[in-house]
Amino acid sequence: MDLTLKIWRQASATAKGKFVNYKVQDISAEASFLEMLDLLNESLVQKGEEPVAFDHDCREGICGACSLYINGRPHGPDRGITTCQMHMRNFKHGETIVIEPWRAKPFPVIKDLMVDRSAFDEIMQAGGYVSVRTGGVPDANAIPISKRNADLAMDAAACIGCGACVAACKNASAMLFVSAKVSQFALLPQGKLEANERVRKMVARMDELGFGNCTNTYACEAECPKEISAANIARMNREFLVAKITAPKE
Amino acid sequence: MGKTIHYASITKKIVMSLAGLFLTSFLVVHLTINLFVLFDPSREMFNQAAHFMATNPFIQTFQWVLFIGFILHMIFGVVLQIQNWMARPVRYEKKGSSELSYFSKFMIHTGVVVFIFLIIHFANFFVKAKLGEVESITYASGTYEDLGNLIILLFKDGAYVAFYVVAILLLGFHLDHGFQSAFQSLGLNHSRYTPFIKLIGTLFSVLITLGFVAIPLVIYFS
Repeated sequence: MDLTLKIWRQASATAKGKFVNYKVQDISAEASFLEMLDLLNESLVQKGEEPVAFDHDCREGICGACSLYINGRPHGPDRGITTCQMHMRNFKHGETIVIEPWRAKPFPVIKDLMVDRSAFDEIMQAGGYVSVRTGGVPDANAIPISKRNADLAMDAAACIGCGACVAACKNASAMLFVSAKVSQFALLPQGKLEANERVRKMVARMDELGFGNCTNTYACEAECPKEISAANIARMNREFLVAKITAPKE
Repeated sequence: MGKTIHYASITKKIVMSLAGLFLTSFLVVHLTINLFVLFDPSREMFNQAAHFMATNPFIQTFQWVLFIGFILHMIFGVVLQIQNWMARPVRYEKKGSSELSYFSKFMIHTGVVVFIFLIIHFANFFVKAKLGEVESITYASGTYEDLGNLIILLFKDGAYVAFYVVAILLLGFHLDHGFQSAFQSLGLNHSRYTPFIKLIGTLFSVLITLGFVAIPLVIYFS
């Protein structure tokens, strides 16, 4: 199929960006979206032009590196997958595809379609860890954890930190990401010890970084490649409320 | 307003939801009393109820709590919205097409229209009643201010009826998202109860809207 790509080009973090149209031809429906961009870049390099910069790493949908806001949706038109796993069969011959970087104040553009997502790392540094030694892998069932909580914690831990939730949210809120991280610890005994402190610190850092506030639109849940549930956001709200109410006087 | 900004995002959301849920109780009471106008042509029941609301000491105290609820809901709503706009200084070229709770996109817009409506509504009824500009009417049970007549006179004005109906419809949309959203903000999400809360929220919004819209339409066309 032949396509027109309308791509955001920005030479550096401080440069002024603009959209540039590119034509690509004979794209196979079986090609992944990133393979299609690879073909474009090869042709640009051959012409002596600067290739389009975009983030990618494992191309197996598990690393969280790839991004791209494609035709008004993070990770493109398919549900529950990352851009690298999304294939060209989702598009029609002759279509124009608009490709933009994630847009959020805490995710500044580095170059073209690449954004700096280290704001997520900063939130993790604020409390997204367990500071006790949990030792090696324990024997099965040595620590009693209900099957339900184990499953919920595992589902929350499936978050790959790609930032699609922030990109999709009309408020650029990071609540789905932060709530998944808060939940994966809060649901397990090892994480429970510091749960109150953790949620307060992570939410405070999230706010400081300039992410928006959650208005419960659930666009994040619809676009998350790992289909993290917005029920995690409610859990974090609950955790936060309890942490605030029970916090000792300083 | 300066201090409001420094509350944690979730604290602000909790205040929003508590104030919002509290305000819905006011809608129920208000609608119940308004409906008296339709079911009692002599307006005695309505005027009596209005008199009770204006003189009962408990209601009079509660009125201030309600007023604070409105103010908190509005201030926090505006602060949250401004922060949300600031969180995305560069907009997307292509409009977002993610699946989402539809009316959630317009909470600030519907909220502002309802606020404007409130001011006009306040000037039309509350202020007039407080300034004693309303005529009296005498029934067997006593003499009351004829607020019921004020309603009927206003609802004979087509432009006002149109504005009233539009404002109430937008209030309905605001409620439909707001009701379930309040529970989510308070951390009350449960696989078993959340679908039920959403259903209750929608039913509540539809009933409140139908109730409030019916009154001006019936009066205008009768």
